Amino acid sequence: MDTKKLKETALGGILNNPVFVLVLGMCPTIGMSTNVTNALGLGLATAFVLLFSNIFVSLLRKVIPDKVRLPSYIIIIATFVTLVKMFLEKFLPALYASIGQFIPLIVVNCIILGRAEAFAGKNSVGYAAVDGISMGLGFTASLVILGAIRMALIAAGMSIFQTAAGGFITLGLLMALFNYILNIYRNHRKAGLLKGGANV
Amino acid sequence: MSIASIITIVLSAVLTENIVLSKTLGICPLLGTSKKTDSAVGMGLAVTFVITVSSVVCYGLFQLLSLWNIVYLQTIVFILVIASLVQLLDIVLKRFSPTLYNSLGIYLALITTNCTVLGTANLVIDKGYNLLETFVFGFFTGIGFTMVLILMSGIREKLNRAHIPAPFAGFPIALIIAGILAMAFAGFSGFAF
Repeated sequence: MDTKKLKETALGGILNNPVFVLVLGMCPTIGMSTNVTNALGLGLATAFVLLFSNIFVSLLRKVIPDKVRLPSYIIIIATFVTLVKMFLEKFLPALYASIGQFIPLIVVNCIILGRAEAFAGKNSVGYAAVDGISMGLGFTASLVILGAIRMALIAAGMSIFQTAAGGFITLGLLMALFNYILNIYRNHRKAGLLKGGANV
Repeated sequence: MSIASIITIVLSAVLTENIVLSKTLGICPLLGTSKKTDSAVGMGLAVTFVITVSSVVCYGLFQLLSLWNIVYLQTIVFILVIASLVQLLDIVLKRFSPTLYNSLGIYLALITTNCTVLGTANLVIDKGYNLLETFVFGFFTGIGFTMVLILMSGIREKLNRAHIPAPFAGFPIALIIAGILAMAFAGFSGFAF
């Protein structure tokens, strides 16, 4: 395996963060980030589906005809979502009661179909698996960060953050902060390149 | 089955339990297609049609699934119904109404991965509605979605002329506007139905 490509793929979850950079999968992000448990549960469920759908799409990429690839991808994804749903219903009923509404909706989460179409359908199994893990953990991490911030604000007595409105506003502010930091980083690098040249 | 329960369903689908601002579904199309009022109307109407038909068809199929005791296939069957419905709509519109097809164009294919459609089909099953209630709920959920899209696009067209701090440009300001709209809509749930 090409180490440079592997490293790029593995860092995809941060540099191409699904929530803050690609702005995909907003609905579960806002709906399920009222506390850390829900955020972690839904994040890991999504990561699991993402990993296995990436692996299977990549394995089957030479078998699936180009014209019916999207329906085929959706069926692969829906199969793993059904597995997750059954598992949670049987073994973690308390968690299922709070996030159950969003589990079937993992099928239509744009991150999963997006990665299948943009990455797994064009790369070999190893890269697809690394991409699935990296993107899945990147998504989980952003959900947990959002969940932790909202939980702290709710605990501080601002019950507005329990509602959808609070979710929208928290995510909007966080995204602005992310843009701000990214901008400082870019300017810093640009200045460094102008001044120091090759050693930056 | 009374008129009052139908009115309750209509009001809750459009205002108090709005699919976007209270259930937080369909945020991707909300951010993506609310830059201009024209595209917001097109997207909203296409989604309304697909939600109405798919929730009725999914309702029927769910009765079959529960008859045969294979309810666990719900997710796979529903997403297949929605995907084929969107494909069918694509073919029919291309053949019979090229003008409408051209104006909807790109948005049609996007509807498959719009979580309002699958979300509504699942909600109808969870709430245990009958056929008429399913139809009304599906249609007015779509209307609620269209309304929010038009509201957002109106505000965002005005924003083009405002000065926005650089880190907030684009998605962050749109999310914060959606949050303020959601607060306004939360006010509706103060009415007791």
